[in-house]
Amino acid sequence: MSMRVEITLTVNGERVTRSVEPRRHLVDFLRLDLGLTGSHAGCEHGVCGACTVRVDGEIVRGCLVLAASLDGADVTTIEGLSDSGEVADLQAAFVARNAAQCGFCTPGMVMAAADILRHHPEADRAAIREHLSGNYCRCTGYQAIVDAVAQTLEARR
Amino acid sequence: MKWPAFAYVRASTLEELWRAQAQHGEDARVIAGGQTLLATLAFRLSEPGVLVDITRMAELRGIAAQDGALRIGALTRHAELGRHELVARHAPLLAQAVPLIAHPAIRNRGTIGGSLAYADPAAELPACVVALDATLVLVSSEGERRMPARDFFTGLLQTALRPGELIAAVEVPLATPGSRSAIVEVARRSGDYAMAGLAVSLTLDAQVQVSAARLVYFGVGNGPVLAAQASAALTGRPLGAESIEAAQAALGDDLDPSADLHGPPEMKRHLARVLTSRALRRFLPRTELAA
Repeated sequence: MSMRVEITLTVNGERVTRSVEPRRHLVDFLRLDLGLTGSHAGCEHGVCGACTVRVDGEIVRGCLVLAASLDGADVTTIEGLSDSGEVADLQAAFVARNAAQCGFCTPGMVMAAADILRHHPEADRAAIREHLSGNYCRCTGYQAIVDAVAQTLEARR
Repeated sequence: MKWPAFAYVRASTLEELWRAQAQHGEDARVIAGGQTLLATLAFRLSEPGVLVDITRMAELRGIAAQDGALRIGALTRHAELGRHELVARHAPLLAQAVPLIAHPAIRNRGTIGGSLAYADPAAELPACVVALDATLVLVSSEGERRMPARDFFTGLLQTALRPGELIAAVEVPLATPGSRSAIVEVARRSGDYAMAGLAVSLTLDAQVQVSAARLVYFGVGNGPVLAAQASAALTGRPLGAESIEAAQAALGDDLDPSADLHGPPEMKRHLARVLTSRALRRFLPRTELAA
């Protein structure tokens, strides 16, 4: 038993090795240990979705994942997703529709919306709302966010 | 707030888990998907000394149809349950429940074993396994035992699990051509725990006569509530408006909901009656629906 755990994982395509405290969750690991501050720590108990990132290709709550458990994992954050160009059109639609107001929820929102683009290309507005229901926008700008996702899906069809 | 300090070890086999338990005793706490446990740490509702990570334990994984049952490994994540072809074919109730559980990012981590072991009275999967008359396979360093799901949930957040014991798998009897199942709930927001919900499993014969019925309500008691009277009111007669009304009337004896944040007992009873009709009407022939 050790109070520190050494992990080696891939973050946005780069291999990193760090020693972490078991109590470190993934979002703090990304923000504080790796300086990747795009993922936001909001409620830190799994409710708000601001910390949404991909682990092994699927979105997760970054605040509900132990960094110590991620040895060998493949993590993608909003920085990596942006750099890859995978959601350049979605991000442009967010700008065009004014879907980012204060911007706090936006990285998590884009990560969750990217999941719709990948897995549910036929989603209608109701399905988009359902899929984003775990991501809170306290500016309440949901209409513009759903508009941006719907517009992107439409343009990709 | 931030999690309290704890130690972390990974157990890759059950043998390693038993060793960790022997070493750390009651300080050791198993972690699988972590979607409940880690949130409780953030609230400082629990302060385990050592988290033993079981997520890479191959013996708790996998979904297979064998010996008349669908065996679902305890580490099966909700998202896998929702898209697995064998689940859709043999235990469709579980697949139908998945979209009602929390949100996609949580469904990608949370596990069926974790949901059952946590035994939240408003959670979907405990009600589903009782409705399906599933058997839980429990393991500990002492060996394996099997228990009907209906005996597993013993009280508010309480189960029959002994200290050191964990769920290895869930075994669900395979659906037959006459099997019908549905899950419905009322929640304030999509993904919230239900204010009230109902998981139904019926067997219909060729004449739409109900030969077996299990109505299991959630969010209206200390755990999943198997409504014996309402289920009996449906059994042995054709499913129709009359029998549905009889089931709704019989519910009064089955449910004893407490008031909670959502409202008083009478509101819960009302929701349960509404859900009963909503769930059962979908099995009626079209002609009767129009009437």
